[in-house]
Amino acid sequence: MTNNIITLVALPLGMAFFIPMIGRKLRWAPDLLGNITTFALLVIAAGCFQKQGIYHLGGWPAPLGIVLVLDGLSSLLLLIVNLISFLATLFSVQYLEKLYTSKLRYYSLFLLMVAGMNGAVLTGDFFNLFVFLEIASIASYALVGFGCEAEELEASFKYLVIGSVASTFILFGVALFYSHFATLNMADIASHLKESGFDQISIVASVLILVGFFVKAALVPFHAWLPDAHPSAPAPISAMLSGVLIKAIGIYPLARLAYNILGMTPLLVSVFTYLGIISMMIGVLMALAQWDFKRLLAYHSISQMGYVILGLGLGTPLGILGGLFHLFNHSLFKSLLFLDSGSVEYETGTRQLEKLGQLAKKMPVTSTSTLVASLSISGIPPFNGFWSKLVIIMACLQASRPGLALWAVLGSILTLASFSKIQRYVFLGQGKDFDLEAAKQWHEVPLLMRIPLLVLTTLCLFGGIFLIGGLEGPLGPGVRALVENSTVYISKVLGR
Amino acid sequence: MIYALCFVLFLIGLYGVTCKKNIVKIILGMVIMEYAVNLFLILSGWRKGGQPPIMDSQTNMETFVSRAVDPLPQALVLTSIVIGLGVLSLMVAIAIRLYERYGTFDITEMRRLKG
Repeated sequence: MTNNIITLVALPLGMAFFIPMIGRKLRWAPDLLGNITTFALLVIAAGCFQKQGIYHLGGWPAPLGIVLVLDGLSSLLLLIVNLISFLATLFSVQYLEKLYTSKLRYYSLFLLMVAGMNGAVLTGDFFNLFVFLEIASIASYALVGFGCEAEELEASFKYLVIGSVASTFILFGVALFYSHFATLNMADIASHLKESGFDQISIVASVLILVGFFVKAALVPFHAWLPDAHPSAPAPISAMLSGVLIKAIGIYPLARLAYNILGMTPLLVSVFTYLGIISMMIGVLMALAQWDFKRLLAYHSISQMGYVILGLGLGTPLGILGGLFHLFNHSLFKSLLFLDSGSVEYETGTRQLEKLGQLAKKMPVTSTSTLVASLSISGIPPFNGFWSKLVIIMACLQASRPGLALWAVLGSILTLASFSKIQRYVFLGQGKDFDLEAAKQWHEVPLLMRIPLLVLTTLCLFGGIFLIGGLEGPLGPGVRALVENSTVYISKVLGR
Repeated sequence: MIYALCFVLFLIGLYGVTCKKNIVKIILGMVIMEYAVNLFLILSGWRKGGQPPIMDSQTNMETFVSRAVDPLPQALVLTSIVIGLGVLSLMVAIAIRLYERYGTFDITEMRRLKG
């Protein structure tokens, strides 16, 4: 199975350039090929789940050549990325037909983004990580400005400038590491750091890289680009950006760096937990004040990433379990919410809460799935969001940090408040500028858009079962990949 | 010394990106930052009086190891220049489209997104 992992990068990369080649002649080709590709990727990623393996690119051994590392954590991330990307392409087929032009370029950029994310999750080489990160980021900059309206271009430019500054920081950090240790392999750098300890150069390099990834993960002092960029993209892309991109190229490298390469120090623990708390609270408070459907969701992404980084930052196995599980759940319910906002926009042509209303009767599938996702993100019992937040709060208590647990509960209550606003204005009640005449033509979205909504709703309902078994259950290998100290990671990659 | 200058160049670029109001100047700042990093990468492989790292059958191993420059940073720099070119062209393309929409390059006048 481990020989397959290169296809996770190569297949979308190849198809991204193959689709524009034949898509000009055959109008049905981009849709079909795009969906087949993402489905194939999903099958491969599901096959890789919980497997271990190393793939040497070009057959060169580990410290010299580039390696792809598949372990518990990266296989979990791969499953999330490819699941959401398949559902998003399924949703795109009819969504793009009505609202956008040029499917060819859309699928090409989409697959480039998927290739970049799969590569960034798999790679065991710092420079390679930078390259994949840039592939995913450049594709996402272009996709954010896909509509070419004034606001979209403005958001895209802002995202582009902040994102490239972050990438340059990361590259500078990588260059410092290379000039210091003369190696780019992550495990090799980790073993050098273990032997020689931290001197000034490695501290500067680690801080540069960490700051770069904080920007990519949109934690609060570094979040300014996210609330503009995520709502401006087409809805399936928003689902991809919020659902998986900030995790695959933000949270995942942070976790890998903090646990497997630098080693979790008390300083890093406090940086992670405080950033988590600040993101959580500021994100949710800003969300309360929003009147744009997607912008509100984008602020919630910041807030929920705060939970994830809080869980991961606690440094205890229970905290990491909660963080990873919340990461998984967030990708489900946030993509579902963005796809819902997409179907509302598809029917009504607006995202302003003031102009919407009474959709509960007209769009039963959309409104039910939004209800499930809202309850899930606010942490109401039977849904998946409740279980992951519960684990995070229990981990805070177990680590004897009750203050953090209190903030987490408060954030959850405020989340519920802002989602009751969506229910009130969009689905049950009506806004100030609600137009009854226009509303008569609104009805449920086509079948192909309903399928992803239903799949994600089901997963949100029964997502809690992934927690069964705790550290021995389905999430266990991911947690163990982080908890084991860096020696295990080093010996796994370098084979010594 | 030269490494410190490299870092100064990086900071000049960062200043351009963060403090300038004109889109073109922001783009230039971005380019300066990228080039500072590229320069740093190239410098990390530099050695005085080095020879090209190409081996053939007559090469003496010992002098080769003691004199050849490190070829890896040059490969890295090539990659990062190409990536920088991609980012730059996208940035310029968006800047042109923004100028069409707003009629200005001043970012203080592009304020439709708030909150």
